[in-house]
This record gives sequence, C-alpha cells and structure tokens, in this order.
Amino acid sequence: MLDLRLGDVWRYRDLVMLFVRRDFVSNYKQTILGPIWFFIQPLLTTITFYIIFGRVAQLGTDGIPAFVFYLAGNTVWGYFSQSLTAVSTVFTTNAAMFSKVYFPRLTMPLSIVISNLVRFGIQFGLFLVVWGFYLLTTDTLHPNWLMLLTPLLVVLMGLLSLGLGMIFSALTTKYRDLAMLLTFGVQLALYATPVIYPLSKVPAKYMWLILANPMSSITETFRVAFLGSGTFSWAYLGYSTIATLIILLFGILIFNRVEKSFTDTV
Amino acid sequence: MSDIAIKVEGLGKQYRLGEIGTGTISHDLNRWFARMRGKEDPFAKVGEANDRTKKGNSDYVWSLRDVEFEVKKGEALGIIGRNGAGKSTLLKLLSKVTAPTTGNIKVNGRIASLLEVGTGFHPELTGRENIFLNGAILGMTKTEIRSKFDEIVDFSGVERYIDTPVKRYSSGMYVRLAFAVAAFLEPEILIVDEVLAVGDAEFQKKCMGRMKDVSVNDGRTVLFVSHNMAAVQKLCTAGLMLAQGSVIVDGTVSEAMDKYLEVHEANNGFIERTPAEADYAKKVFIKSAALTNDTGQLISAVNNNASLYLELDVNIMKAGIGYNFSFELWNMRDECIFSSSFFDNEAGKHADYLWQSGNNTLRVELPIRMLKEGNYRISIASVIPTVEILDIFPTELRFHINDVSSPIFVTGEGRNGVIVPILNWSKR
Repeated sequence: MLDLRLGDVWRYRDLVMLFVRRDFVSNYKQTILGPIWFFIQPLLTTITFYIIFGRVAQLGTDGIPAFVFYLAGNTVWGYFSQSLTAVSTVFTTNAAMFSKVYFPRLTMPLSIVISNLVRFGIQFGLFLVVWGFYLLTTDTLHPNWLMLLTPLLVVLMGLLSLGLGMIFSALTTKYRDLAMLLTFGVQLALYATPVIYPLSKVPAKYMWLILANPMSSITETFRVAFLGSGTFSWAYLGYSTIATLIILLFGILIFNRVEKSFTDTV
Repeated sequence: MSDIAIKVEGLGKQYRLGEIGTGTISHDLNRWFARMRGKEDPFAKVGEANDRTKKGNSDYVWSLRDVEFEVKKGEALGIIGRNGAGKSTLLKLLSKVTAPTTGNIKVNGRIASLLEVGTGFHPELTGRENIFLNGAILGMTKTEIRSKFDEIVDFSGVERYIDTPVKRYSSGMYVRLAFAVAAFLEPEILIVDEVLAVGDAEFQKKCMGRMKDVSVNDGRTVLFVSHNMAAVQKLCTAGLMLAQGSVIVDGTVSEAMDKYLEVHEANNGFIERTPAEADYAKKVFIKSAALTNDTGQLISAVNNNASLYLELDVNIMKAGIGYNFSFELWNMRDECIFSSSFFDNEAGKHADYLWQSGNNTLRVELPIRMLKEGNYRISIASVIPTVEILDIFPTELRFHINDVSSPIFVTGEGRNGVIVPILNWSKR
C-alpha cells in the first residue's frame, strides 16, 4: 500500500528530462516571439492587476509600490496554478500514449512540474529585474534574510501543485466533472490566496480560512522576504509544509492506484 | 522459475460495456461497500464470455478469463485468435498498460512492448530528438540510445532527414524510424503486436529478419501477435490460441495454427441444404458442398502449400445426359478468379456422361498454390449448357488462404496481380 514506486521513476529519469525538453521545444516552435512569451504573460497580468485592483479598487499593498507587489504575487501564483492545471489533466491529455506503452506514469506529472519550474525561473528573473529597479530607485523595499528560504518556497509550491494535481488527475479519469470544477476552482483560489492583497488586510474573522490555504503563507513569505512588508510566521510556514507533504503523499498513492486501470475508464 | 520468463495464473479482465468505463458512481459505491464488509466485488461475479456477435444479457463481459500459461526464456510465442479473442487485452496486461481484474502475472526480466510503433513521437521534434524520446519511453536510458543511435538511423534508412521535424516525413519514413527505435531495444522480453502491417514489402522483410535475430541469435523472449499466419509460423516456436477470452491451445506453433485455421470461419467449410428444398428440383439437386483437406476433414482456412478439395454431394432425380456441374471462384473484391466445370476433364468425355438417378459425390482439387493470401468464396451451379439451368446452390462457400510459401514475404503486398503463380525460370 505504501509502496510509492519511486525507484521506477528514478530509473526513468532520462525520460523525465526528455519530456521537459519536448515541452519546451514543441511549445515555442513556429512562434515568432518564442520564449519571450514567458515574459509577456506575467507582465500583462500584472499590468491588469495594477489597473484594476491598484487603481480602480484601490486595495492596499502595505506601502509597497503596487506594480512590484502584484508582480511578486503573480510570479509565485503563476507557477503554482499553471503546474496544477497541467498536472491535473495528465491522464486525459496523454491517454493515447498511456494506453499503448508502459512507463512509470509518475514521470509525466513530474516532468510537467519541472518544465514549469524552468518557466518560473525565467519569470523569476524578470521579477528580479523589476525588483532591482525599485530597490535602486526607491527606498520602499526592505529585502531580508528570509530570501534564503526562496528555494524551500519554490520546492513547496512545486510539490503542492504536483500533489493536488495528481489527486485531481486521478479523479478526473472517471468523473470529468472535476475537470470543470478545477478550471474555475483555480481562478477562485487566486482570491483565497494573498496575491492581490496583503495578508494584513484580511479581516480577523476570515483569517483562519485564508491561512488554511497552504499557498497563503508561501506567497506571503515570498513577499516578506523580497519586499520587506507583510506577515511571516514559522508556524504558518510549518503548517504549509506539513499540509504539502500530506497532500503529496496522498496524491502519489491515489495516482499509483489509478494508473493501473485508468486506460479502461478514461 | 529460473528458465521461465513469464508465468500467468488465473488471469482475467473484465470490461463494462456501454458509455462509461468500469463503473458509474453507484457501482463504485456498491463495490466500496462490499469491500468494507469484507465481501468480494459484487460485479466480478456477473459477466459473460466475450462474443461480440451476440447480444448479451449482462453489461459486463470478460475479455479474458482464467488464462494460464508459461513462456520459457528464449522462446518465441505466437498468440493467435480471431478479432476479439482477447489477444490485445492479453498484451496490454502483460505490458502493464492496464491491470488485470483477477489473477496475476509473474515476469522475470525487463519487458518492452511494442503495441504500436511510434508511440510518443512528437511531430514538432526532429528525427534525432524523437529517437531519444521514443527510446526513453520504451525504457532505454540516454546512454543506451546514444550507443545504438547509428545502428537505428542506419536501419531506418532516413539518415538524410534525421534533423528534420517528423511532421515533414512521409508516412513510410515515419514508420521506418519508429520501428527502427523499437528494433534496437534490448529488453529480456519483447512484446510485439501486428507491427508488421506497416511499411513496404522490403521493410517488412527487414523487420521480420530483425525480430528473428532478436529471438534466435540474441536468445531473448518474444511474444508476437498477428493475423498473418505466415509471419507467426516463420518467427515463432510456441503457439497460444485464444477464443472468446480463453486459451484453446497452448502448445507448439503448428498445433495452435491448425486449431486456428479449423475454427477460423463460422462457415466451417460445409453447407447442407434442407431436404425440403429438393421439392423444387426436377432433374438435379445439389445437396451439400464441402471443402476438405487431404484426409477428408472439413476446413475453411488453409495454407497455400497444402491441398484443398471441393466436394459436392449431388442427387440425380432424373437420369439424363449432358448435366454439368460448375463453380466460380471469387475473391473479396468481387473479381472472378476462374471457373471450372465437370466437363473440363478427359477431352470432353464428361459431356456425354449418362447420369443415373441416385447420389453421387464429385470431388475436385483447387489450385490454391496460385492464390494470394485472403478470403475467397465459391458459387456452385448445375446446368445443361445452353439448354437449361438445373440447380443453383443458394449459399456460397467461403474460405481463407494463408500464403506461407511465396518467396517474397506477404505476397499480398509484395506481388502484383490477382493470382500469384510460382513459375519455373531457367537460365541459359
């Protein structure tokens, strides 16, 4: 029952990397802008947020310049939501291949999370440029030692999207309703995560609800580290870590269970 | 266990018919509830043998049921059976694409399965990139692929296009490259499903050669599924014949093939009319028509290096002269291959034959050596030429020819023409 079959995945590690490569090459072949699309996506979203939430709705940003505040949130959230959506459809999009040849199915979601990680790396670079600009030209940002936690935050996000995605992918093989649920669920979850607002603005009454979302403290910690304002607590981050690990374990178990017979139901 | 490569015990696979795969939410809840109480799956009990031609009573069918067999190391096992016999399901279970409903499979060694060539090929990637990707999907490491790379490219014969995206390939090149990758896998056990139905004759020959090489020279275990009896016979030593999800024959390849050919067609080489139909016949009534082999057994499928006889049981109702019996041989493209009649013999002497009333059996050998692989039908009639139609046999006899002896493999593709006679060439 508790055999996660990770050894198999290790034997197929070359395949994981080849899948990652395939993702990249196939996505940007025959596009004019190529990898520049990596920048355009977060930039346009951030500009939209800046106008709608910053200017029109005038939500506060804890005194941080709104543009860099939203970009920070977007960079983090973008990674999580994109890998979650991609992982959750892994069975349905690869049904044809899965029904013809056996390889450890875990390689597929793993490669999705890794190729999104590369994308995140590029977008993180964009964030650093904007961040550096604000750091040099204003004295509103106060980066601190929590930046050392960045790798941990990235890994947590990756594992969380992997775990959740696998749970959804396993369930969608039989019940397609969940695919519908997930599409707008991810959109709604954006509002249940402090991406467009700081955690400090959340009314005390709903605080527990927002904090129950493991992504909340990850996003907030990321902003505290680079921007210097917000709420950081070891307890919150510890909760996120434990929740992530439990979800991941559950995800792998249910994924391994479904992989055996999914070709009959998909 | 040491010389056994695969051991299959009590293997079964159940499918649910209709729109949804294995179950709706209510069935799932039922199953879960049964498991909680420590009872067995309530739906595992229902289900019937998988006969696609009949309407069943249950939504559940067993694609495979109680299948048991062993494959020894280094053996080449041919798996044969009609469409729907469970061959592909068996391969899917063996290659772990899906899990069995009951029973288990013990495998000794690494398995690579080739249920379709070019699985995972991505059209945007180049030939080179696809070789690596496809090789990795089939279980090779990067280093292994790199060491085989030149051989693969060489075998495929698409060297010039190796850095072109495969979406620009012709379908033939695509298949060549895909098979080449698979051909250089080095698993202990290789599972192959009908992949020989691709490519031109020359490439098919190359593939067969390579597979033979893998099983004979490298001593690896090969499981091969095909409808092409000639290919099975050429490649395999052991045979497994399936029908409706059960093992019918587990023995040598010729035992399995004989059984397969015997039960191949529903029309099993014999058609008999009811006596009532004789009421309409005035002079001649053809009672039955049969196809037999050398020893007089009924057959409906035959290798083209064997013999096939047409036997007619005719009842002469009224004595007379000039009764003729003839048949036409048609292929499935509605071309008449040839026709022949009782008058053919002995320089027309049969034309003057005086028929006494009573039963007669006519027998003629069919020149099947010149027939291409495929299905044929025979229509039969009796006439007095240019005078009178005596009787027309209402049903056509059907039979199947397997080409096992033409020098160019799979004659249907390789030789042009309606028939494939082997002629005697000489050189001076």
